[in-house]
Amino acid sequence: MKLSRRTTAIAAIASAASIALITAGCSPAADAGSGGDGEIELTVATFNDFGYTDELLQEYMDANPGVTVVQNKAATSNDARANYFQKLGKTGLADVEAIEVDWLPEVMQYSDLLAEVPSDVTDRWLDWKVDAATDADGRLIGYGTDIGPEGVCYRSDLFAAAGLPTDRTEVAALLEGDWAKYFEVGAQYTAATGKAWFDSAGSTYQGMINQVEAAYEDPDSGDIIAADNSEVEDIYNQVLDASATQSAHLGQWSDDWFAGVGNGAYATMLCPGWMLGVISGNAEGVTTWDVADVFPNGGGNWGGSYLTVPANGKHVDEAQKLADWLTAPEQQIKAFVAAGTFPSQTEAYSDTALTEFTNDYFNGAPVGEIFTNRAKAVDVAPFKGEFYFQVNDAMQKALTRVEDGTQDKQASWDQWVQEVGAIG
Amino acid sequence: MTSTATAPPPPDIRSDAPDTGPSARTPTRLAFGQRRTKWDMKLSPYLYISPFFILFIVTGLFPIGYTAVISFMDWDLVRGTGEFIGFDQYVYVLTQPKFWIALRNTFSIFLLSSVPQLLLAIFIAAMLDQNIRAKTFWRMGVLLPYVMAPVAVALIFSNMFGDKYGLVNTLLADLGIPAVPWHSDAFASHIAIATMVNFRWTGYNTLILLAAMQAIPRDYYEAAAIDGANKFRQFLAITVPSLRPTLIFVIITSTIGGLQIFDEPRMYDQYGTGGADSQWLTITLYLYDIGWGQWNFGRAAALAWILFLIILAIGVINLLVTRRLVRDEGSVRR
Repeated sequence: MKLSRRTTAIAAIASAASIALITAGCSPAADAGSGGDGEIELTVATFNDFGYTDELLQEYMDANPGVTVVQNKAATSNDARANYFQKLGKTGLADVEAIEVDWLPEVMQYSDLLAEVPSDVTDRWLDWKVDAATDADGRLIGYGTDIGPEGVCYRSDLFAAAGLPTDRTEVAALLEGDWAKYFEVGAQYTAATGKAWFDSAGSTYQGMINQVEAAYEDPDSGDIIAADNSEVEDIYNQVLDASATQSAHLGQWSDDWFAGVGNGAYATMLCPGWMLGVISGNAEGVTTWDVADVFPNGGGNWGGSYLTVPANGKHVDEAQKLADWLTAPEQQIKAFVAAGTFPSQTEAYSDTALTEFTNDYFNGAPVGEIFTNRAKAVDVAPFKGEFYFQVNDAMQKALTRVEDGTQDKQASWDQWVQEVGAIG
Repeated sequence: MTSTATAPPPPDIRSDAPDTGPSARTPTRLAFGQRRTKWDMKLSPYLYISPFFILFIVTGLFPIGYTAVISFMDWDLVRGTGEFIGFDQYVYVLTQPKFWIALRNTFSIFLLSSVPQLLLAIFIAAMLDQNIRAKTFWRMGVLLPYVMAPVAVALIFSNMFGDKYGLVNTLLADLGIPAVPWHSDAFASHIAIATMVNFRWTGYNTLILLAAMQAIPRDYYEAAAIDGANKFRQFLAITVPSLRPTLIFVIITSTIGGLQIFDEPRMYDQYGTGGADSQWLTITLYLYDIGWGQWNFGRAAALAWILFLIILAIGVINLLVTRRLVRDEGSVRR
């Protein structure tokens, strides 16, 4: 078929226009990168609030002329996760990308696409923080930022009403012991008041399962062992037995749960350092929230983050320098003061800026000292493999099914076993 | 296309051509112009609409085809590589109890939202079609919820449907009715989600139906009134039959929208994964969770294709029903 010159021209223009439209949609939005004479721009992608204030970043820019640091904040960790995996190994990631421990196991599958942390700084962090981000070849790929050592938050007015001690050191002494002890005091409380002791089986389970070294997967083979692990079943039964009378049945992060933080629906909850901000932000008029230096069955960690440097970035060396600087103890303490992100760097624990830090909302509780003690009490680094997130998610749903009365304990467990069997 | 030789020369040239020499050459030159014009006439329309179709091929057809390819693979999104595994992903999806629950939920929410929504929309449209004061105000008013972002609507309604401290249950308690377990009972959760959908889409459908109602010739009503038909009889005998083609359009669009419902169930609780017992897990929500929750794009692609086939099947059913209805409608008008 032959086209006349005019129609050919029209066709060319038409297709060129449509291709231009398409490519415009695909081209990267920002042209991040270098200007002339040695000027470089480094991007740092974080989420929620890492405590990296403009002043802190300015400090780095002043010390390193020719470097401009720009921070992009995603609203939630989930947004950051979606962005991370869509662009990892391709283009478009920031020079320094923050990741959260929840999806660290997924990141570890692609550890070869990330730059290795130089070995001279690895002793900066707690051992278990480093171990979790070290791959099978011994490469550490994450610069640890914060951790979430857990204490117990409680409502002193509700404790007083039940005839329990209200002072935080006495409460710590009262709850000292294992989980059975925690639920035993809970039984006392509910017997005295008829009210709930903790918020939900799910959040309490989270604290318990994070003390199990290999809960869902075999650390050597990576196979899913969750359904056959008697430790998991014991915890499941223990928390649900207690939950029948002691739980407020408020699923964590639900609208009802946020309302419960403020209206005294429950007397205690497990409290990582970052939870303090959640409580004070959602229970503004309440003056009786307090935090005790104790955690059932030893220490526990919930959450925390790392900075990673994608290996195919434009300025890998400069980005590593920046990540190194941001995760140095001095800067992490400043971040803690700004946003409550508790340091994972051992040297920070002896710094008075941290240990003498108090929180006015929690009635002047010495939270710096409390969470330093809580961090030192953490002795188990739970193994979390590729499927940890999915198995745990299914477990949380199993617990919710029992709590909201959809199923009984056994039926819900059986369904969970079936769901775990389908994972992979 | 006809060839140049058989094309008859234009009459004006043939009539005033005294010399055969130039006239023999002139037709060929003009014939080329003609041919060009004919090509132009035939091709131009296609060229003018081609940008849309080129765009569609690149952004629509290609992804659909590529999704089919990926659905036969164990796909690694980050590395962009996959291993061919045949129909395994389809078998996996179809053997999951969750898939069938999701299918049930999708249809349940679709019916709970579409049916009351259409009835309500017809009723409101009929009211707005009457002689009322401040017509424009009321007409704009019904469209207002449609302007709101679905996520914003879902956030507000999710808060209202809280199990313990939600507005709806508090009101019910004041009336002495026991609290409804909005987040654990499947049917209750479907009603809550359908409410969000209805809130947003009733006004939109009302306006479309109102436009159709206003196109009905007023003579019919006058004639009916003279014959002694009351308002209700007029509505049943004139308005409803005349609305049929519009109703078919509204039903088809709400079917497509209903089968792809995502925002509302996603925002219904704090996790966005369809509830502890998959009470309000819809097909698209399940697809999202497999793709972006578990990063299993091979499996998500297989589910996407299954959804595509379901919509296609329902589209065909819609088409058959539509044809029947349209024929019926012809016989009604006589």
